Amino acid sequence: MPSVMIRKNENGELLFYVAKKDLEDVIVSIETDTQESWGGSIIIGDGSTWYIDPISPPPTFPTTLRFKRA
Amino acid sequence: MPDLTREETQSLIEEVLEVYPEKAKEIRAKHLTVNDHEVEQSKKCITSNRKSVPGTMTIRGCAYAGSKGVVWGPIKDMIHISHGPVGCGQYSRAGRRNYYVGTTGINTFGTMNFTSDFQEKDIVFGGDKKLAKLIDEIETLFPLNKGITVQSECPIGLIGDDIEAVSKAKGAEYNKTIVPVRCEGFRGVSQSLGHHIANDAVRDWALGKRDGDDTFKSTPYDVAILGDYNIGGDAWSSRILLEEMGLRVVAQWSGDGTIAEMELTPKVKLNLLHCYRSMNYISRHMEEKYGIPWIEYNFFGPTKIEESLRKIADFFDDKIKEGAERVIAKYKGEYQAVIDKYRPRLEGKRVMLYVGGLRPRHVIGAYEDLGMEVVGTGYEFGHNDDYDRTIKEMGNATLIYDDVTGYEFEEFVKKVKPDLIGSGIKEKYIFQKMGIPFRQMHSWDYSGPYHGYDGFAIFARDMDMTLNNPCWSNITPPWRKSEDTQALAAE
Ligand code: SF4
Repeated sequence: MPSVMIRKNENGELLFYVAKKDLEDVIVSIETDTQESWGGSIIIGDGSTWYIDPISPPPTFPTTLRFKRA
Repeated sequence: MPDLTREETQSLIEEVLEVYPEKAKEIRAKHLTVNDHEVEQSKKCITSNRKSVPGTMTIRGCAYAGSKGVVWGPIKDMIHISHGPVGCGQYSRAGRRNYYVGTTGINTFGTMNFTSDFQEKDIVFGGDKKLAKLIDEIETLFPLNKGITVQSECPIGLIGDDIEAVSKAKGAEYNKTIVPVRCEGFRGVSQSLGHHIANDAVRDWALGKRDGDDTFKSTPYDVAILGDYNIGGDAWSSRILLEEMGLRVVAQWSGDGTIAEMELTPKVKLNLLHCYRSMNYISRHMEEKYGIPWIEYNFFGPTKIEESLRKIADFFDDKIKEGAERVIAKYKGEYQAVIDKYRPRLEGKRVMLYVGGLRPRHVIGAYEDLGMEVVGTGYEFGHNDDYDRTIKEMGNATLIYDDVTGYEFEEFVKKVKPDLIGSGIKEKYIFQKMGIPFRQMHSWDYSGPYHGYDGFAIFARDMDMTLNNPCWSNITPPWRKSEDTQALAAE
């Protein structure tokens, strides 16, 4: 369960950053991204999928969250 | 020598790898690549931040070097104890040339070496008592210090000393910031982990000291310079440009910086990040905790400076935007004169670089402004994100090498035949003896600054001075010169 920092890049896309793994990539899809909650399966630019139980209300970015590898 | 094609560069890499045993060859092959603009993510073509192959001659440093030497060391009003044997601190003392103002030994301590000078008995019985005594001595001898950091060397981690406990107790006793840093040299694969550990130590022990204290009057134009170590005065020649465009520079991290500046940084509006590799961690932390955005910029060479000034100004109102234009216009005549003078002397020359955190990509623009071309580059301790940023800056089909070994570097140079090499002091004399002009690009070969418009003038002069030095044509003694080389020289 790595902790992942999520922040916006210059183009307003969300970046998924795992310091320990040296991994930084844009988030390409989020399962749940509504007014009420944010999370579920998340796919990032390199094709890998990560999971987090949906959080409500949605977090404000940047923030650090703990993800599971899906 | 004409530029190599993609195939030629690839076969050059294979040729160089030939001498290695099977396994080493396999590992090293992943660290060498031909630049390809098609590739979006560097991890598809190059592996980085991995353990060096045992038996090869690596050029890297250790985690202690990353913390003591790079991140913490330049904070001038703190005393940085090299905790452990004397050598680590003594052999690296003042070598980096981070300039500062102050009276050394009274209120600033940058070029001094403080060490606990471990002996056998300290290894056997532990060094915590010695550390406590050392801190007492420092307080007596140098009462104007504003804080202390304990930079661990290898043995500290191996014998399991509790430097945190000592630091806490002494910090409370003297009511000072005392920061234990767990940057033992054996951690990680290079100095890069030392940067990260140092950043985390700043976060945990220093950064939040003034949270909730509003006595500092901030303005909407407050910025901090991060990742500029003031080598030969770099941060100064950057700072004046920012100030001229109307910004207020609250802190310099960490060249000519102070602990007070560090503590005030959470109050700024924007963090300006020059060396991404060594300070991105703390920038990300400040963005998350205090909501301070950060941007990367590049103050090498007029083209990049202009881009960066505009990019920075975009974060502010029209007053600053006008300020940026004013600064660019003001220096135009100055840098154009530099280009007019040196470009004809340097045009078309080819450069190979092998440096540390930001320069393998940041200085490319400055060389291009002088009409030179960078044909090979690489990082000692870069990560994938560094190479991501490098691919775009480098020409297609140029060489990229990660954690290059002494042997590989020499072979590449023999084949690529660059006109100039920019690398570290360990490489300098090898290449000079091979008859190739060389600049030491870690601490600017005792010159500098190279940042900003003022720095560019010095950069251009230095490159010209090195490349067009008459000594290079006299490398071969007259009695060794054959007829045709003499004819060549006469041309
Ligand atoms: S590797 Fe260890 S012993 Fe060597 S310089 Fe670094 S801290 Fe000192």
